[in-house]
Amino acid sequence: MKITDDLIDYIGELSRLKLSDEEKAGAKKDLTDILNYMDKLNELDTTGAKEMTHPFDEANRFRNEDSINDDQREAMLQNAPGVKGDYFKVFKTVEQEGKEWK
Amino acid sequence: MEIRDMTALEIGDKIKKRELSCREAAGDYLDAIRNEGQTVNAYITVMEEEAYRQAEAVQRRIDQGEDLSPLAGVPIAVKDNICTKGTKTTAASKMLNNFIPPYDATVIERLYQGGAVIIGKTNLDEYAMGGSTETSYYGITRNPWDLDKVPGGSSGGSAAAIAAKLAPYALGSDTGGSIRQPCAFCNLTGIKPTYGSVSRYGLMAYASSLDQIGTMGRDVKDCAAALAVISGHDSKDSTSVMKNAFDFPKFVSSCAKDGAGSSDRKLAGLKIGVPKNYFDIGISDEVKSTVLEAGKTFEMLGATLEEFEIPAVEYAVPAYYIIACAEASSNLSRYDGIKYGYRSEQAKDLMEIFYQSRSEGFGKEVKRRIMLGSFVLSSGYFDAYYKKALQVRGLIKRSFDETFTKYDMILSPVSPTTAYRIGGQIEDPLAMYLADIYTVSVNLSGLPAVALPCGFGSDGMPVGMQLIGKAFSEEVLISAADVYQNNTDYHKQSPVKGGQGK
Repeated sequence: MKITDDLIDYIGELSRLKLSDEEKAGAKKDLTDILNYMDKLNELDTTGAKEMTHPFDEANRFRNEDSINDDQREAMLQNAPGVKGDYFKVFKTVEQEGKEWK
Repeated sequence: MEIRDMTALEIGDKIKKRELSCREAAGDYLDAIRNEGQTVNAYITVMEEEAYRQAEAVQRRIDQGEDLSPLAGVPIAVKDNICTKGTKTTAASKMLNNFIPPYDATVIERLYQGGAVIIGKTNLDEYAMGGSTETSYYGITRNPWDLDKVPGGSSGGSAAAIAAKLAPYALGSDTGGSIRQPCAFCNLTGIKPTYGSVSRYGLMAYASSLDQIGTMGRDVKDCAAALAVISGHDSKDSTSVMKNAFDFPKFVSSCAKDGAGSSDRKLAGLKIGVPKNYFDIGISDEVKSTVLEAGKTFEMLGATLEEFEIPAVEYAVPAYYIIACAEASSNLSRYDGIKYGYRSEQAKDLMEIFYQSRSEGFGKEVKRRIMLGSFVLSSGYFDAYYKKALQVRGLIKRSFDETFTKYDMILSPVSPTTAYRIGGQIEDPLAMYLADIYTVSVNLSGLPAVALPCGFGSDGMPVGMQLIGKAFSEEVLISAADVYQNNTDYHKQSPVKGGQGK
């Protein structure tokens, strides 16, 4: 697997991580090493093998949709990095004048 | 005997008999943490005030004759990726430096119901991603057996706390060996329960199909008693199975019939498989000979040992890291700097809140795993990596299933080496990943395993082994480990003060 600079940029974007040049170089080296090693899996013929996503076949057990939590507005908001009144504070998410939503 | 030299159950027994108060037990440990705690740096948060309050409350319940767990009133340390209401829970990340959970994890609720007194939150590799507790934002934890060496990880803080006698027992979590490997490095016993037997509600998710909370202590009885408190179905975790909790009183009484605690209890009829190919690849001679020697002890105690080969061993590590990182990249996408967690001051718009907060809030290894996970899940690479790994996971699980039609359990090393020097491997992620070769298959297959001490290397560092069983065979594993510990004293050794090895 060849890891290019473009691919590192793309992975950074998917991961929502801004990487410094030094971090990019490090990531390129590490991912190359690790993915080359992971290519070892290709030695195994898995044609027709079932994909296993969970240790057991048992289906998830869903509980009834009952409200069991108390109102914890204060406890929740105290963890927020930005608060205004009783609300989470964030930047405007709709179009801003002269600035395109990316 | 000093309180700090007792097992958790011994302390519990003294409390029950009123020979010791809950406050005295907590106080002894809290004083020790204050006076000696800096050296190993096992704790991120010490819950002094809260612990005394809990101790008083539990004492009242005991005095009122309430029927509590055999560990009622005994102090416990909890890994800092398990949410504690009102007490900072960080996952050892800068991202959660100020996070105070508004709720308790289910295991915490159950600990309190059983009368536990939580004395603090222990250090770990950031988000439990690592095997050395070197990636913590809160500094490295040192191995009490040799302060220049790592305690293992990711539950390294819990392990170091018990080994340094700064806690009698602890909770950890195990995604790819994070309970078993630090137990092996610090001469402790640990149980990684069957997937689904302990609720994950309130455990900060790393890789949800692999994560499992378990117990760590000085011997397997302590771990079993603690497992009984925390296990059992929980409607808040849809992957928790409809099985009863591990029944510790029943286990104790079944041992009693068999001559509990005495060295004459035997393992007649027990068939143990020894995977020959586990001992061929990259394992140190000392670990190999020590674990094989333990096999002879099991034979002497009445078990039958047989060598066999587990197929596909060398594919477990790559499959594990693909799956674990894929799940991590998805799980950690929740850290966006909006409702909780770190938010960068630099951000000038919404996208920058995401990018900057995550880039500044996550450490190097966490970023590496998120990137790896995002890559293997990305369009164009999904089939070649993620799908392939899931197929290999199925093959590995099947080879274990087949093994357990022939054997009651597998005897295996935990780690290919004893604890290594701080800084020794951290710059080489691939080498770190490869050291997980004996532990990750257990998580991929959802199986239970008990790690326990079986000797020492020439450097004086502990060597651990693990017993792996089929799903929900905890009782068989615990029973075998208990017989072994009744006939050996490796688990009773503690580090010389100052950490100069044995």
